[in-house]
Amino acid sequence: MNPNLKRLRRSMMFLNCQKPALIKDPYIYSPDSIMLDLEDAVAEREKDAARYSLFHALREIDYRGVERVVRINGLDTDLWQEDIRCAVAGGCDAIRIPKTETGADVKRVEAAVQAAEEEFHVEKGRTLIMAALESARGVMNAYEICTSSPLLFGIALSGGDYTKDLQTSISGTGVELMGARQHMIIAARAAGVQCFDTVYTNLNDMEGFRKDVETIHTMGFDGKSIINPRQIPIVHEIYTPKPKDIIFAEKVVREIDTKKAQGIGVFTVDGKMIDIAFYDGAKRTLALAKASGVYKGDL
Amino acid sequence: MIIGKSAMAGTLESSDAQVTVEPSENGLELEISSSVMNQYGRQIRATVMQTLERLDVQSGKVTVVDKGALDCTLKARVECAVYRSNDIKDALPWGGAIV
Repeated sequence: MNPNLKRLRRSMMFLNCQKPALIKDPYIYSPDSIMLDLEDAVAEREKDAARYSLFHALREIDYRGVERVVRINGLDTDLWQEDIRCAVAGGCDAIRIPKTETGADVKRVEAAVQAAEEEFHVEKGRTLIMAALESARGVMNAYEICTSSPLLFGIALSGGDYTKDLQTSISGTGVELMGARQHMIIAARAAGVQCFDTVYTNLNDMEGFRKDVETIHTMGFDGKSIINPRQIPIVHEIYTPKPKDIIFAEKVVREIDTKKAQGIGVFTVDGKMIDIAFYDGAKRTLALAKASGVYKGDL
Repeated sequence: MIIGKSAMAGTLESSDAQVTVEPSENGLELEISSSVMNQYGRQIRATVMQTLERLDVQSGKVTVVDKGALDCTLKARVECAVYRSNDIKDALPWGGAIV
């Protein structure tokens, strides 16, 4: 199994492959992932040019551990297969499929990725896949999409196109996204994959952005799509476990390990009733704290 | 590969380069202008020539207007212009002539 399936992806920043100035050093902002875009951000007549830039950027720029996801053009175009050949030959870490509507869409991309890995002698299974859901049909088929490929690490909501399909628009309140968000996170968790929220496009409303991130964090999302480096520290702050949460999680794990050996199932930690059901959550908090660089303990 | 017709790739934005290729009967003619010509002129020329060599371009007029592009961008723009001059957009030799 590819060890990167479950890596930390709190912030996934879109970058336009048409613009060399944008893709040359985004690692200085420390996003967890960058999404090198060949799709919507690239003008139709520059689609070819964006690929050459992508290929050489992937081959020659040291992104210092930041995950490199490539957003290919839609499966309804004649561009996506060459996009995949270029991205896989360049050595990208993952392919993002736009406008995913069914599990069959993922299977088509999976087959093209595997063919490209073979053609360019890339280790089999190295290139992961994520699927963006941008329509009512895609959201309805979320679970089918989530379980369609062992290479798929997660799904992402694309709010702009989704709300258009719903015949509404982004209001800033999140009301229009509530159903999709809830459905997608449930589907993703049921399938054991990650789930990512849509972009927040109003860069003048950082308070609104913060509230949006707090909402999706509470809902259980693994991270958010980002369009500007200014948004990254806010996401990381909200997603980094607080010291009191880390201390409590550490106590929970240690106590459960100890009590289990003593044959005790239910007990209290800091006045709260604890049983085995808390174990995985506490372990997740510690793993996230470790990945965020704020926990150096041995659990 | 030949330069089939005139073609251009890239922009005059910062960190980019604009590369124009035109057919020519007089071997390779390379013209470079750059905002960092004194410091990096030799390296820019070497990168462009190596890229043309890999593409097996032996004849043509190549004009580069560099705006502080990294090597990887220079290569990308030269390749794009050459392939555009032949209307080739698919089944490209990633990792072969393009490397």
